[in-house]
Amino acid sequence: MEEQKPQATILENQSDSNQEGKTPSLFAAALQREHSEWVASESQAFGEITIIVPREHIVAACAFLKSEPGLEFNFLADLCGFDRGPEEEPRFEVNYHLFSTTKFHRVRLKVLLNEDDAHVTTVTGIWRTANWHERETYDLFGVVFDEHPDLRRILLPDDWQGHALRKDFPLRGYEPYSLE
Amino acid sequence: MSTAANIPPQFEIVDRPLDTQMTISMGPQHPSTHGVLRLELVLDGESVVKATPDIGYLHTGMEKLFEYRKYQQGIVITDRMDYLNPLGNNLAYVMAVEKLLQLEIPERAQIIRVLMCEMQRIASHLVWLGTHALDIGAMTVFFYAFREREKILNLIEAASGGRLTPSYFRIGGLMMDIPAGFERRVQQFIDDFPKAVKEFHTLVSGNRIFQKRTQGVGYISAEDAIDWGLSGPSLRGSGVALDIRRANPYCGYEKYDFEIPTELDCDVWARYMVRMREMLESHKIVIQALSRLQPGPVKADAPKIVLPDREAMKTHMDALIHHFLIVAEGFDVPAGEVYMPIEASKGELGVYVQSTGGPKPARVHFRGPSFVNLSALPHMSHGAMVADIVAIIGSLDIVLGEIDR
Repeated sequence: MEEQKPQATILENQSDSNQEGKTPSLFAAALQREHSEWVASESQAFGEITIIVPREHIVAACAFLKSEPGLEFNFLADLCGFDRGPEEEPRFEVNYHLFSTTKFHRVRLKVLLNEDDAHVTTVTGIWRTANWHERETYDLFGVVFDEHPDLRRILLPDDWQGHALRKDFPLRGYEPYSLE
Repeated sequence: MSTAANIPPQFEIVDRPLDTQMTISMGPQHPSTHGVLRLELVLDGESVVKATPDIGYLHTGMEKLFEYRKYQQGIVITDRMDYLNPLGNNLAYVMAVEKLLQLEIPERAQIIRVLMCEMQRIASHLVWLGTHALDIGAMTVFFYAFREREKILNLIEAASGGRLTPSYFRIGGLMMDIPAGFERRVQQFIDDFPKAVKEFHTLVSGNRIFQKRTQGVGYISAEDAIDWGLSGPSLRGSGVALDIRRANPYCGYEKYDFEIPTELDCDVWARYMVRMREMLESHKIVIQALSRLQPGPVKADAPKIVLPDREAMKTHMDALIHHFLIVAEGFDVPAGEVYMPIEASKGELGVYVQSTGGPKPARVHFRGPSFVNLSALPHMSHGAMVADIVAIIGSLDIVLGEIDR
């Protein structure tokens, strides 16, 4: 569903592509033009674009994608976490699914986090809808969103131990939970 | 009295010179909260200073459960999320997996999917209409709406065997073809429905009390609505003509002729009108889908993924082997990740599936429209009365099964 036309123009402008044999998407190219460090890598599969952004740049990259004319990602469709497993490093992924209500295109930004330092700065300042998504990700994965205005558990009780969607959390929990 | 100690400073909106505030808990057993939603209301007299939704009472760890089930077993879990729109949930999930498998779905299956989904959308809106009006005090509408909904549920039952948990869409197509005489029954429903909508309008739209309770209540501007991630009728009530069926078409929606109803009032009334008009648009799509039905297969040609027909299984050795392998071991899905958004009855329903190979998904995440729409409730209830909160919740059309998952 991505428009093919703008990508063709990028192909002409961007000859020194750092992707082996692959054309960077319009969005990755725009990010890279703005700041060379914003794009760690990019992949295109199943008609979707995934851009891995270093975590210290995620807020700046999101703000740029939202405000840049022609991109206008004014809608944060989804934000969700993923645990690759306790033996993997980096262990956690945070996926930002961006959408434009005027251009109708989508892109996925991905931040990779190590287990011992699972911190990323919040994007609630850019889209207020990120508030609950980030709370959910914090609740279920234990990823901490720095500077979040209200980072509390959202689905599980406040006194819940552990983070339920981590791969090392057993399906039935550690012990029967009771509200007493 | 006020216990606002744990409220972050940026949410403190109104000064409290007289300290007359009071914090009360609305729900989770309150009938107008549509399930088990709890609201922490900070009140000053009868006006709401701050409304904080508290969710999670229905959390059953569905996303965790997906990781322990085979792909095809996940379909029945989706039924139980937004239980007023189970076919929409089925569709979003199976289409996400089909995207990973890169399956080609036959035309007939696509048309039946559209047909069923649009009827389900009408059924979902009818429950919204009945309960929304009931919350506001108009009891009669509830019975009329549920009478119409019953007809749709009977149709869904005829096709799938289930009324609320159909699991009708399967990875690669449908569970089975629609039964004999189904078109005639749908036609009957199509013929009767516009009259029913007219009835609803006479019951509700002209009602002065309903108008007073909804007009100018729960205001959210288009800009704020996008910022808060509202989608579906709640967003279109703020004048944004965004519909995933048009923006990122799926199932051949680009070939159907329908309008995207929008209203500019940005209030509860606008969202009411959008849904009322949307039912007729869905009705239009049902008519078109019905006229396009041609005989043909309803399952993709992928014997290692799609269960064989019952007759073939009994007579063909290879069909039996495939059946056994799919049921016993599942099928491998190539590694990768997809995000599949559809326009569910409540807004953008996005399914994120990440696969690392093998018969079970590594991660399934549902972007529930109710979850996101509810998060904007504190914004909409600025300066509202307690009674308005009930109207605003009704206008967001939330289903807690999807919010808590």
